[in-house]
Amino acid sequence: MGEDSESPKINHSFLRDYVTEADVISTVEFNQTGDLLATGDRGGRVVIFQREPEDKGGREELGDAGEYNVYSTFQSHEPDFDYLKSLEIEEKINKIRWLPQQNAAHFLLSTNDKTIKLWKVSERDRRPEGYNLKDEEGRLKDISTVTSLQVPVLKPADLMVEVRPRRVFANGHTYHVNSISVNSDGETYLSADDLRINMWHLAITDRSFNIVDIKPANMEDLTEVITASEFHPKHCHLFVYSSSKGTLRLCDMRASALCDKHSKIFEEPEDPGNRSFFSEIISSVSDVKFSHSGRYLLTRDYLTTKVWDLNMEKGPIETYQVHDYLRSKLCSLYENDCIFDKFECVWNSTDSVIMTGTYNSFFRMFDREAGRGVTLEAWRESSKPRAVLRTRRVYTGGRRRRGDVGVDSLDFTKKILHMAWHPAENIIAIATTNNLYIFQDRVHPENQ
Amino acid sequence: MSACTLVSVSTVLGCHSCFRVDMFSKGTKRKFSDDGGEMSDESLGGANVSSSYNLQRQSLLDMSLIKLQLCHMLVEPNLCRSVLIANTVRQIQEEMTHDGSWQAVTEAFCNGSQSPSERLVATEVLCRSREQDAEPKLFSVISYEGCREEEVVADETLCSVSVSDAASNVCLSESVGHCWETGELRVVESDEETSEGSRLGPGDDDDDDEDDEDEDEVDEEEESSREDSKSMGQVFGTFEIKNGSSGPDSALEELFSDVDASYYDLDTMLTGIQSAPKMGPYDLLDSLAPSHGPPSLGSPSNCRSDLNELDHIMEIIVGS
Repeated sequence: MGEDSESPKINHSFLRDYVTEADVISTVEFNQTGDLLATGDRGGRVVIFQREPEDKGGREELGDAGEYNVYSTFQSHEPDFDYLKSLEIEEKINKIRWLPQQNAAHFLLSTNDKTIKLWKVSERDRRPEGYNLKDEEGRLKDISTVTSLQVPVLKPADLMVEVRPRRVFANGHTYHVNSISVNSDGETYLSADDLRINMWHLAITDRSFNIVDIKPANMEDLTEVITASEFHPKHCHLFVYSSSKGTLRLCDMRASALCDKHSKIFEEPEDPGNRSFFSEIISSVSDVKFSHSGRYLLTRDYLTTKVWDLNMEKGPIETYQVHDYLRSKLCSLYENDCIFDKFECVWNSTDSVIMTGTYNSFFRMFDREAGRGVTLEAWRESSKPRAVLRTRRVYTGGRRRRGDVGVDSLDFTKKILHMAWHPAENIIAIATTNNLYIFQDRVHPENQ
Repeated sequence: MSACTLVSVSTVLGCHSCFRVDMFSKGTKRKFSDDGGEMSDESLGGANVSSSYNLQRQSLLDMSLIKLQLCHMLVEPNLCRSVLIANTVRQIQEEMTHDGSWQAVTEAFCNGSQSPSERLVATEVLCRSREQDAEPKLFSVISYEGCREEEVVADETLCSVSVSDAASNVCLSESVGHCWETGELRVVESDEETSEGSRLGPGDDDDDDEDDEDEDEVDEEEESSREDSKSMGQVFGTFEIKNGSSGPDSALEELFSDVDASYYDLDTMLTGIQSAPKMGPYDLLDSLAPSHGPPSLGSPSNCRSDLNELDHIMEIIVGS
């Protein structure tokens, strides 16, 4: 949609920038095989993309092989109203998590601020034909016209994707749900809000177990909230939750029913030299993810992303600066509320690369082995389909190269908060405000 | 929120590169003309080189308090954000009481400074984008309706406070729009009426006596931390009320047991989270009467206790 030289000088920029509030993507998630990609938006809708099967005939450079196309769209949550508090409950989808596939159907959990729903996504590509009492359109036949009996047979039909709600897990949370995580046992999952974490059984909707409760007796004493939580990928009794004070707590459900006492607490001691009034705010962890191996934790706070070893509580083993040039701008970012933005972070399939978003439609990838990071851009003006992504740079001093962006030119409304990495291949899904970008590494499609 | 431009905001706040680490350590930068230690800067007469730091810190405090008060009451506010802002406010106040900066702030008001307008500017920037969002959703049913002065004064709960309190009552109502303009006009008038030292109470009188000053500081510390927790309590107290788990045992609940649901909403609006887009905290300060009575939480009226709570917040700022 760039401005062609032929077209008259009509300023289309207002159209370009106009974003329907409801279309803003609020979560992105691949399923366990990576064939399906689900996105949730602020309007409560879920869009599922399916990967086209790759053509084994070596025609990958043409056509849609390996690309994601829309598979199904449905309305997951509707706006609701809490009559007791006289407040609206947003229908924005905060998180989507897929269940491991057990049969032909796919299941996913989606949640807004208050209610979690289990959806069944199934395909129907056959339909029965040859009824005795009904005709092809389903109308009842006149019995007198029936002269012989036939057995109905299943005949191929157009593919139809059906999405149906199978469970609704309501009334479990007083505060806003920020995370859901499916347990490796395949039967339970956790949901976390600002002050509590509940564990549910997938088949039971009228009950949940409260496993963490950090609500103080006196709300005046509240100084810390839960920001994210996740089950361990292999150990069904372990889960981690992060807080607004920058701590991570690993809890073992075998220890007690209520896991208010952590088994391990991961905290980096504060650097007294860097202390400011914003220290606490920028230390608040916005996302926490276990590595695929289960050995490491990846966290994101406002300025950095850190890798922690579960065996070492006293500090992270790696720290990556995402956008350190913002450190001197914290006051302004506090004023315009950008300092409260919650960025997500993801691992690649082999836990060798980590990725997170930043402003100006940029996102950062860090190679853990090399210890280096690159900045990439998700912006349609500069990336045509199938073009190679070029690295970007924010100019912070020294020699200025062509294409560098100055810190004051950064667009803070274009933030990349949500992203996902394919579980097996080098395919990433990046959500900008209302666009979804899917990038594939054609050179190294799978990790070595 | 409109597209963010960082540069202009920095200018408004008076700091070029905002809160760098070195700007927090005292006595490093920005030496004012040190002609015998006499301050030429009109805003902080008597303060020393750390005045720029104090000014920035004060701006941050104001900004934080406004952020806590400005709320989208259509949807439940983000608890994490509120907690982080409240912690920031606590931190600033602790630091301010530790180095006795309350004194400096008090003196600032002595001189009828331009700092209130500076804060107004910061408020303006903040509130410009918020104005459209502040919704008169929960319409006032007590006689704040229409925000007319006569009605406000006529309200029996407010009879005991002087006329200049009317402006603060205007602020307490949720109705935005023309009401705020009325409020602002009132503030201007009361500014002229009220003398500068009127609000400052005991701290001012004991300026000369050093011993008393120390006592005051200690008192202020205690009081500010107490009131601080009270005001923090108001922020989270609202969440508590909203989440209704304490049920009929809550004291506030009892106050409203004979009141219908619309009053319930009004209460949660009034306690601590109020829309005050155009009025900075110092405007409120100027309009409050000096003879405002001691807090009486036993009062049956919620608007009276609101005034008290607002008063507490103001006292924290001014330290009197």
